[in-house]
Amino acid sequence: MTIFGIDVLSFLVVAPAVAALIVLLLPKQRDVARWAALGFSVVIGALCVVVFFNYDRTQAGYQMVSQVPWFALIGASWHVGIDGISATMVLLTGILFPLAILISFEVDERVNMHMALLLFFETGLLGVFVALDMMIFFLFYELSLVPMYFIIDQWGGPNRKYASTKFFIYSVGGSLGMLLATQLIGWTAGTFDIPALTQAWPTFTGDNGTFLGIGIETVKALAFLGFFVAFCIKVPVWPFHTWLPDAHGEAPTAGSMLLAGVMLKLGAYGFLRLTIPLFPDVWVAPINILGVIQTNWAGIFAFLAMLSIVLGAFAAFAQNDIKRLVAYSSVNHMGFVAMGIAVAALAYGQNFMEATTEHMQSAIIATNGAVMQMFNHGLSSAAMFLLAGAIYHKTHTRDLTQYGGFWVKAPIYGAIFIFTSMASLGLPGLNGFVSEFLVVRGSWPVYTGLTALAMIGLLFTGGYILKGIRAVLHGPFNLKWRDYDLEIELREVVAIAPLLVLMLVTGIVPNWILPIINDSVTRLFGG
Amino acid sequence: MSLNEFFSNMNLLPWLVPVGPLLAFFIIMLVTNRARMVPATSEEYGGHHPDYEGMPVPVVNDWGRVASIVVGMAGVLAAWLISLMVVGNAFGTEHLGETVYGSSVPWLATGTTSFNMGVLVDPLTTVMLVMVPLACTMIFIYSIGYMAHDPRQARFFALISLFAGAMLTLVVADNLLLLFVGWEVMGLCSYLLIGFWYEKESAYKAAIKAFTTTRVADVIMLLGIAYLYAETGTLSFREILYNEEVLHHLATTPAILLGGLGFSVAGLIGVFLIIGTIGKSAQFPLHVWLPDAMEGPTPVSAMIHAAAMVSAGIYAIIRMYPLFEAGGNPHHGEFTTPLLLMAIVGSFTAIFAATIAVAQNDVKRVLAYSTISQLGFMMAALGIGAYIAAAFHLITHAFFKALLFMASGSVIHGMEHGEHHVHAHAHNHDDDHLALPSPTARALPETVSGEHHDAAIGDEAGEGMPAEAHAHVESHAEHPHEAHPHFDPQDMMNMGGLRKTMPVTFWTFLIGGLSLAGLPLVTAGFWSKDEILADAFYGLSNGYGPHALVFVLLALAAFLTAFYTMRQLGLTFMGEPRTEEARHASLGRGVVSATMTLPLIILAFFAVFAGYVGVPPEFPVFGAIFSPEHNPFHHFVKYTLLPEMQAEAPPFNWIPVLTSFVVALGGIALGYVVYWRRPLQAGEVDPLVRALGPVHPVLRNKYYLDELYGAVFVAPSKAVASFVSGVVDRGLIDGILHTIARVGVWIGDLFKNLNTWLIDGVGDSIPEMIAVFGAWFRRIQTGRVQQYLLLVAIAAILIALIFAASSGMLVQAAP
Repeated sequence: MTIFGIDVLSFLVVAPAVAALIVLLLPKQRDVARWAALGFSVVIGALCVVVFFNYDRTQAGYQMVSQVPWFALIGASWHVGIDGISATMVLLTGILFPLAILISFEVDERVNMHMALLLFFETGLLGVFVALDMMIFFLFYELSLVPMYFIIDQWGGPNRKYASTKFFIYSVGGSLGMLLATQLIGWTAGTFDIPALTQAWPTFTGDNGTFLGIGIETVKALAFLGFFVAFCIKVPVWPFHTWLPDAHGEAPTAGSMLLAGVMLKLGAYGFLRLTIPLFPDVWVAPINILGVIQTNWAGIFAFLAMLSIVLGAFAAFAQNDIKRLVAYSSVNHMGFVAMGIAVAALAYGQNFMEATTEHMQSAIIATNGAVMQMFNHGLSSAAMFLLAGAIYHKTHTRDLTQYGGFWVKAPIYGAIFIFTSMASLGLPGLNGFVSEFLVVRGSWPVYTGLTALAMIGLLFTGGYILKGIRAVLHGPFNLKWRDYDLEIELREVVAIAPLLVLMLVTGIVPNWILPIINDSVTRLFGG
Repeated sequence: MSLNEFFSNMNLLPWLVPVGPLLAFFIIMLVTNRARMVPATSEEYGGHHPDYEGMPVPVVNDWGRVASIVVGMAGVLAAWLISLMVVGNAFGTEHLGETVYGSSVPWLATGTTSFNMGVLVDPLTTVMLVMVPLACTMIFIYSIGYMAHDPRQARFFALISLFAGAMLTLVVADNLLLLFVGWEVMGLCSYLLIGFWYEKESAYKAAIKAFTTTRVADVIMLLGIAYLYAETGTLSFREILYNEEVLHHLATTPAILLGGLGFSVAGLIGVFLIIGTIGKSAQFPLHVWLPDAMEGPTPVSAMIHAAAMVSAGIYAIIRMYPLFEAGGNPHHGEFTTPLLLMAIVGSFTAIFAATIAVAQNDVKRVLAYSTISQLGFMMAALGIGAYIAAAFHLITHAFFKALLFMASGSVIHGMEHGEHHVHAHAHNHDDDHLALPSPTARALPETVSGEHHDAAIGDEAGEGMPAEAHAHVESHAEHPHEAHPHFDPQDMMNMGGLRKTMPVTFWTFLIGGLSLAGLPLVTAGFWSKDEILADAFYGLSNGYGPHALVFVLLALAAFLTAFYTMRQLGLTFMGEPRTEEARHASLGRGVVSATMTLPLIILAFFAVFAGYVGVPPEFPVFGAIFSPEHNPFHHFVKYTLLPEMQAEAPPFNWIPVLTSFVVALGGIALGYVVYWRRPLQAGEVDPLVRALGPVHPVLRNKYYLDELYGAVFVAPSKAVASFVSGVVDRGLIDGILHTIARVGVWIGDLFKNLNTWLIDGVGDSIPEMIAVFGAWFRRIQTGRVQQYLLLVAIAAILIALIFAASSGMLVQAAP
């Protein structure tokens, strides 16, 4: 499939950037820029949907692949392609951007620039999801930071300088190690090609087991750490998460939607695409903590995942700022993604080292759950931020204690708010439950105790969701807002409606998307 | 696949059972729930809703109200009709259970396999499909009248439709996951409906309490489901429970956790699932949400306490019964951990809740604790292997408890009506309203009759509403949760003598109450309770400890049940009215009152006659009439399980029957003596207070469990949350980050200073020195030609000398 002579995936990556330039050059009239950006993003979104449905899940390997020489000197090439996991992420990105752009119609200042940055952001995200070369991967991974930094920094809330700086420096700091690791691998193995490295790197022994005089084990462990920390920050996994409530809290609504909806998935995607296939041996290498606890990186990661779930829920429960509450819910929900990834890493590593298949079925289910949760969290967190933004836009406060009883004045908003909250809570019948159930099922036989502890987090998920509903909708109406129009606007309803439909459909018929993930995951585990 | 195919194929038809109410939910929510704005002070927006200084508020419009009711009723009636088709077909099937109806579709892709979702009709499903749609339909009809003046009646119908749909989904599910879906959606519905009057603090707190308490249990149940799925690769009831091999495997494999304590896989999963039911069916220690759940409108209470929510918990246990029994056999005195857990928790809860019910004065609260107690009966029965008796009691209890709740709703409704009259009377404004029982006043309820709508009067009546009534609404608004500081329409101490003004309510309440009390021979409650006791006694006679425990505690609880029921009936209906409000209590006439009384009458029929489907064949006279061959209920339901697991009915024995007689009649007699023969007079203290002495406050305050939980669970949770957010995240982690940032800045400053002093110092001094040199050098530029020439000459000589020196001329010249 080619468009204008360019293969479809490369087109998808380039198109938003071109669109961004066009929007930037358009006359400085708000509506022109808005509608143009919306139009572009709808077309790109439609293309993402086409790509998703053209992906043939029965075929092994990457599809819609394109490879052209790019930086032959260092062995990097422009190599793009998708499997079931990336197809899902491309779909999610394609769906969320038009909605976020529709929401950012509420921005009145420097509209052209704002819209252009959003579109530019899309290039960064799509680039990561389709990249099959580590240099390309890294390039887009970093590129996505820049527009988001400016969006928070320029259009954010009162504390935006602190938040945007923390976000940027933390992320860049994290990916510093990743850059070194990428170089290390590329230099050692002589290629940056992901499919090639997936085959070669795990069994790579270097020059008689050494590289520059250092044992290859050490090299691998260091490279692993570089990726590990970078992706942990991005997901974010506890304790690397504190940039998130600040960034989400201060970002404008569209920024929060995309940050939570798509950007966090870069980290989880990185684990699945790079860290697990490249370092199966490192994940399961025994680690001894203080001579007491025998574990490995997978175990440590599962532990951190459990802490994300539990402490994320507790921290969300303590918030009195609606956007920070929703932000912490991301820590809580992405913890399930991390838990699924930990199971996958363990099973993949054990299979690689000892050829055991004991946890294989659990790992497939857990990984299915993790990818599904990435998609589901993308829907529900974007919707939650949309709703939080809608109420903030009207009241200009994020303080939950200032709200109260809004349901009486905003019945439609109330119904949508409860629906979305329930999807976020993981109510069976809606999307979140399916993925959480899969993760719990997959991790229970592998990390039994940690899964049991994670249930505390699931319980307090209920706690903070109900706290949010209570503070916004329940109780006597706060007459301070008597003359405000609090009901959700038509534009906002249009923006959230696709998300609501997807949440319901995915909850009732998860198999519209799950087999596409499942087939790739199953092949990953050699099934 | 055409709809016709669904109707003609009995394997497909069960799919349609929950569809009607679920569709109704979406249609009402998306289409018919249409509102218009009225000032909040308007009488259309009265009742539990604050007046908000006349701010415009939405009230469902007339068209939307009618359409929503029609859609909701259509949904539940469709479910009922389809259920009847399914049930009719099931009854016509020989040995249903060995063969079942159902079908499934792939739902989740899991590697090379897939997880299937489906429906199942076996004997257990069938009996539930008799009870649930019938009870739901009655509750729906009742809601037409009961919610007639609520500004959000359309939303109410949407939510109870979803509630009914979820319950029906749970009933027809063929696997534990779909059951869990229905289970949790019901949790959501109960949350939304308990908090339906969400402005009231007590309402939303009760809603949150219900959701949170059941969620404690649900997350543990989720572990059980995940574990079962991990261990067997399926969650299908038939594949697990109708499969000896799987059960044997589960019973003999040590559990992944606590295996050292002798837990088998089946044991651990069983305990997890039972904890789920302890939450859902409000068993000790997670029962605390149920009494508060009556904050919702009364039809919701009926839904939660009878037709749906709490029944679902027991149903799930009966459904999964072989799993709990796996590895043991209660009929031979071999108890597994889950069975023991159920026997102990159930029998304890039965007696525990009964003691609390004795000391409650709120008419709905007594019923709430009686529900907990009766669910304890079922739980205990399950613990000793009497799962058919438990199913039987589940059905009969649903009928008489739905009846009792709706009848109590009528009582409250009547009391509020009476209150309105007294209020109008006190202000002496509308003479027509004063003279009771004048025709005008009798007619008023047709238009008033909104529950809690003491001042919420229909259009016509509203015009004549006294100004004070408005004032009253306003004061109501400021304190929505303590609307009547001086009068509680639910307090039985304020009632008395209602049998005269509310005869239909009285008689139906009486029938329901006697069924609850287990009045021998003529009520359904007797037969089902008797069967539990018979089973318990059979085990007791074989010397099994748990059976003995269950028998003794349940007999005591049955005695207390009879007593507090008589107390409730006596306080509410007997004697003379103790307040003016009670004197004027009435349901009125008209459509509203008809929709509220018809369900009572229908349910009263079932509260009496539903018991005759389960009479032991050996029972004198009755056995010969109703069970000529075998106990029909028992015979039908037992085929749900594998033939080896089917429990035989215990042999007939006079001791448990006599025990049933004695405890029921004894409790009724005691209650009669204390509360009926000499009814309580106005201002008199409940004789129980004196009789129980210091115990009474403990019982009245529910053993202070709410306070205890508040101190032990709620407060620490909040403390931990703020610790995690404030200390760990903001203090510790951000502290470390900020420290790193500060170190970075400090190092940056250091480099900056180095730049300034060292590098800039060097760099800056070069141009400075040039400038200095320039300034000094400028002095030779005097402008005088002679001086320049001189300088040129000096330079020429110097250059010549240097040249000479460097070329060696001078050296050669020298000797």
